[in-house]
Amino acid sequence: MTARRDFLKQSGALVVSFALAPAAAAQGAKEGGPKLPGSLAKDPFLDAWIRVEASGAITVFTGKAELGQGIRTAILQVAAEELDVPLAGIALVTADTARTPDEGFTAGSHSLQDSGTAIRNAAAQVRALLVAEAARRWRLAPATLRVEDGSVRATDGRSAAYGELAASLDLHVQAKADAPLKDASAFRVMDRPVPRVDIPAKVTGGLAYVHDLRLPGMLHARVVRPPGYGARLVSLDAGAAERRAGVVKVVRDGSFVAVVAQREWTAIRAMQDLARGARWSETPALPDARKVAALLDSLPSRDTVILERRGAQPNAARTLEATYTRPYLAHASIGPSCAVAHLEGDRLTVWSHTQGVYPDRKAIAEMLGMPAEKVRVIHLEGAGCYGHNGADDAAADAALVATHVPGRPVRVQWMREQEHAWEPYGPAMLVRVRASLDERGRIAAWDYGVWSNTHSTRPGGAGSLLAGRHGAKAFEPPPPRAIPQPEGGGDRNAIPLYALANARVTSHFLAPMPVRVSALRSLGAHMNVFAIESFMDELALAADADPVAFRLAHLEDPRARDVVRAAAERFGWRSAARGGTGIGQGFAFARYKNLAAYCAIACEVEVDLDTGQPRIGRVVAAVDSGQVVNPDGLRNQIEGAIVQSASWTLYERVAFDAKRIRSVDWQTYPILRFASVPRSVDVHVIDRPGMPFLGSGEAGQGPAAAAIANAIAHGGGRRRRDLPIARA
Amino acid sequence: MKRSLVTRGLAALAVPAFAGSCATSGDPALARLQAPPARAAFSASLVGRGARLAALGDCRGCHTAQGGRAFAGGRPLETPFGTIYSTNITPDAKTGIGLWPEAAFRRAMREGVDRSGHHLYPAFPYDRFTLASDADIGAIYAYLMTRPAVESRHPGNRLAFPFNVRAFIGVWKALYFRPGPWQDDPAHDARWNRGAYLAEGLGHCSSCHTPRNALGAERADRHFDGGDAEGWHAYAIGAGSQSPLPWTEEAMRAYLRRGWEARHGVSRGTMAPVTRELAKADPADVSAIAHYIVSLMPRSAAAPGVSAASRAGDPEGARLYASACESCHEGDEPLPFAGIALRRSIGAAGESPRNLLNVILYGLPPADGATAPVMPGFAGAMTDAQVAALARYLRESFTDKPPWRDLDAVVREARAAGPRIAQAPAGAMGTDPANVAETR
Amino acid sequence: MSTRIEVNGTWRDAQSDADTPLLYVLRDELALNGAKYGCGLGQCGACTVLVDDAAVFSCVTPLAMVAGRRITTLEGLGTLERPGRVQRAFIEEQAAQCGFCIPGMILRAEALLRASPHPGEAEIREALHPNLCRCGTHVRILRAVRKAAGT
Ligand code: FES
Ligand code: FES
Repeated sequence: MTARRDFLKQSGALVVSFALAPAAAAQGAKEGGPKLPGSLAKDPFLDAWIRVEASGAITVFTGKAELGQGIRTAILQVAAEELDVPLAGIALVTADTARTPDEGFTAGSHSLQDSGTAIRNAAAQVRALLVAEAARRWRLAPATLRVEDGSVRATDGRSAAYGELAASLDLHVQAKADAPLKDASAFRVMDRPVPRVDIPAKVTGGLAYVHDLRLPGMLHARVVRPPGYGARLVSLDAGAAERRAGVVKVVRDGSFVAVVAQREWTAIRAMQDLARGARWSETPALPDARKVAALLDSLPSRDTVILERRGAQPNAARTLEATYTRPYLAHASIGPSCAVAHLEGDRLTVWSHTQGVYPDRKAIAEMLGMPAEKVRVIHLEGAGCYGHNGADDAAADAALVATHVPGRPVRVQWMREQEHAWEPYGPAMLVRVRASLDERGRIAAWDYGVWSNTHSTRPGGAGSLLAGRHGAKAFEPPPPRAIPQPEGGGDRNAIPLYALANARVTSHFLAPMPVRVSALRSLGAHMNVFAIESFMDELALAADADPVAFRLAHLEDPRARDVVRAAAERFGWRSAARGGTGIGQGFAFARYKNLAAYCAIACEVEVDLDTGQPRIGRVVAAVDSGQVVNPDGLRNQIEGAIVQSASWTLYERVAFDAKRIRSVDWQTYPILRFASVPRSVDVHVIDRPGMPFLGSGEAGQGPAAAAIANAIAHGGGRRRRDLPIARA
Repeated sequence: MKRSLVTRGLAALAVPAFAGSCATSGDPALARLQAPPARAAFSASLVGRGARLAALGDCRGCHTAQGGRAFAGGRPLETPFGTIYSTNITPDAKTGIGLWPEAAFRRAMREGVDRSGHHLYPAFPYDRFTLASDADIGAIYAYLMTRPAVESRHPGNRLAFPFNVRAFIGVWKALYFRPGPWQDDPAHDARWNRGAYLAEGLGHCSSCHTPRNALGAERADRHFDGGDAEGWHAYAIGAGSQSPLPWTEEAMRAYLRRGWEARHGVSRGTMAPVTRELAKADPADVSAIAHYIVSLMPRSAAAPGVSAASRAGDPEGARLYASACESCHEGDEPLPFAGIALRRSIGAAGESPRNLLNVILYGLPPADGATAPVMPGFAGAMTDAQVAALARYLRESFTDKPPWRDLDAVVREARAAGPRIAQAPAGAMGTDPANVAETR
Repeated sequence: MSTRIEVNGTWRDAQSDADTPLLYVLRDELALNGAKYGCGLGQCGACTVLVDDAAVFSCVTPLAMVAGRRITTLEGLGTLERPGRVQRAFIEEQAAQCGFCIPGMILRAEALLRASPHPGEAEIREALHPNLCRCGTHVRILRAVRKAAGT
């Protein structure tokens, strides 16, 4: 346990392993010095994070982006708390290569751990500097001063506003590792359900998304994508499109085809004209979408044993074995990807809902053969992305098209069928697990293997962008890389948190990617937790034990035990509940990545015994994400994760035939609708004041999947090991 | 329209089944069982056969409320005469049929009399089920008695005079009900007879597809000439079929099993739940039904559809079609995930415009978590006049049929019925879109 | 040729071609953000607006179809300073994650409440059925609609 705890203390400083090597890295952490907390390690200067103007205006900078997870509000809360100013008094600038630090990608539930931690520490230090400055001016001891509402006050009534003090203060100084942070008991803004700052504009029609950006003189473009992955453009008859009134330009660059028009609807009609006028060569290369296990087994694998524990060998009384599969899953954002780009002279500006402005800039610059400094990428919100979807590709499309209409901003909006067919999916996965029970019904041995493609092909270069690949330069996609443990990619959460004396876990990394894949919320954790937690129930059944008790018997981590007990209690878990009645209860637990938030979920599912069709009733979750910044925001995230995971788990599968993706809209890629929404979802937050932030945005995905599957099995439906459960 | 209003109401009355007891029939009450029979009392193969037969009769469709548990009843049926709720046919002892002996179940199916000896409303189509064999009824009994018991009582029926008068059913039965098991027709082979037995009996196709008289009985002289049910028209499926494409047995089999057929289109409205259940029935039985039904239909199309080239018609309708319909209905994507070419559609060629209007107004609502076609409805965007213009245009330019009479009135009726009539979404199309392409 | 429509209480002469879907007239010509493009196929509801009092998919509604009609978008229900009752309920319940589906949800809820001021749970779910949310905000959306309905 100790090792994990130590690790946990520093986990705020973890660098996303697949992020690009940050230029400023290592600067902060001098040889042998203490490591700076959060992203301060990458960018240690205070003024990179916080600026205080002489006017008193405070601006906070984060390299993270709002993705609908409420990060804007949470970061403002953190900054307001440590600066002791009202939340409304702070301007927040998010991911922009010209203005904010490089924090890699907004992904992996890292935002609060990385950026929140950095800003909290930076804010505390800025506040201390402001107090010190006042103390210097007044010749008083800093400890005698207090801070109130953006002013430093002395006991004698003297006071100075932050702006006044900041005028003679240089914040371009390096952060220290040991800033005095506020005690949790003194919080006024953190640990409170502060209303999200982005919601009012979103519900009244304000400019909230890149989709809504309208620049003077802006043109509209549409791209014509090939019919399938391997297709190449043979010929293009652009006549009809070019003759259409309002069409500005048809762009052809290798197999990249686009049209630019004055009006959006014109661009769409012209896109349809072009699609009719395009001839493609297609090569049938896709495997059978329905046979996940056979498909993954057929690919060469690179194997890594990621856990090997050899304890005393107890007698195995029974051995169980199972195989679980998951198909390709789409992010299927509600708003298809969109970007605006503007080439002015030799400078290109791109507005994008990318998760990583810096990496995207580098890839776009490479694609266009421009120096990266000439490219600025600014994040504006898109619809929820849940990982790497079409955002970066749309940004590249806009960038490439903008170079053909210099001087005019151009907006590229993907069509629904393009979003569905061209986004990089969450990879199909296969798990084989075998375990034995001893006479006392405890797990004696555990052998687990997971097969998967990479879970990140995020922009590492022009070859990871569709426009880069389809353009005449035809950049090659970079070779896929596995995300190493402890975070893991396909093997994320493949190591169970349970105390197992004998265990082996093998990660089978599959390099060849017949289908385009990348990061989907929670990466491999959804599948691994689904498999592990389903199998735990199968073992509990074999051991004739209650599933919750069985888990507790194998759990040592006290925080894990707390969430398990809390979820079971709040749900009203009935340990003796009879199965097979058509109504089942299910339970599951995981700690995301084994280092972020803890989450346990109990749920009730009605199962139609004939059709096997499930209907989710009550769901109760308990979550421990360390110090809570915004409890309501956290609940919102977990609720969303549960409902989304229910949709993945029950209904979703990307369909394709030998040549083409066939899931191109909501008919062919059905997701959960209101009738199937659980009757209720209650999230119970276990507060851990003063503990480090633990990322929680993806913590619910795995446990929700397994809890549902377990409830279905208990209710009398069969044990379902192949996703999607309700369509298999 | 008067006739159709009455028959629609009565037909609706006949649709949802087992609608609750009424007058005593003069038949004795049959003794209750001590307790619901044990699961072990029925063999797995018997239960399995019962499941397939129950699917064929779509017991579930009427006896399951929206969002409710299977067979627990309570599905309301609104008729001009009041509201009828289907009964709980789970083996719950208190509120279901858990204490019914098999003989009582058989009598209900055959004679329309419940366990305690009361007449059942003909909304439960015992006029059809009476043809079923003892063995088949026994299998269905075994199946129902092994479903999870659900305690669920439904509110009492609310019917207007004279339908609320118990003796009324006795009179109705005396006039129209002819009990008796099915007799094979020696002029036909075994497969045809099997199909006929199922289609006319358990499948109760004619309950919807045959027009009814003023008292809600099927008109024997117009068997399969098309009827009305729950706001939808059940097209003629006999000699009077108006399909612009002649049905083949193969096409009919595919349609019934999957709920869609590549050239004829998708099942919708009250037929959608029927085909959803047929997917679970014995394939050989569905195939026999297809064989039988198609044998009754004309060999060649009553009138072939008109090609797009020869279109003429209502100019307002033409404009609406071109701007709102054409992109989906004349694309080159295959069914069921694209709009059907309207010259092939029974919607435009059928004897009643009602289904076409329902679909224009309310679309094909999306299924939950299943691959199924979705069509947006236009009830909010289009005025009655626009809907009528569009329907007129489709009729004029995609068929050579005479104009529908009373079109404007049916538009008003369809709108007044509201979107609820479209609420039963299509079931899964039994396939991934990838496989759809292969069948092209 | 222009087409007259009343948008959020003001008569406008839309210049777009008569067959342009209303969605693009609202977004592109009239610069309104409320209606979103989600699918263009009438499958997701992101583009929902009111025509008179009924919810319609603006993405599949040609401009000519609604000539002379009264159209209400998200902007017509209230403002940042004075949000309408359904908007207020969504803010109070914090019923949004990315929020992209929310305008459509709000307008569908508005149409429901105009037709049926005190809908039950089943009625609310049925009314919202045409609209998709990918973030899984459904539970809060339902809560917000119940709050707006006062049920
Ligand atoms: S955008 Fe109109 S329904 Fe999806
Ligand atoms: S809140 Fe993001 S799609 Fe609904």
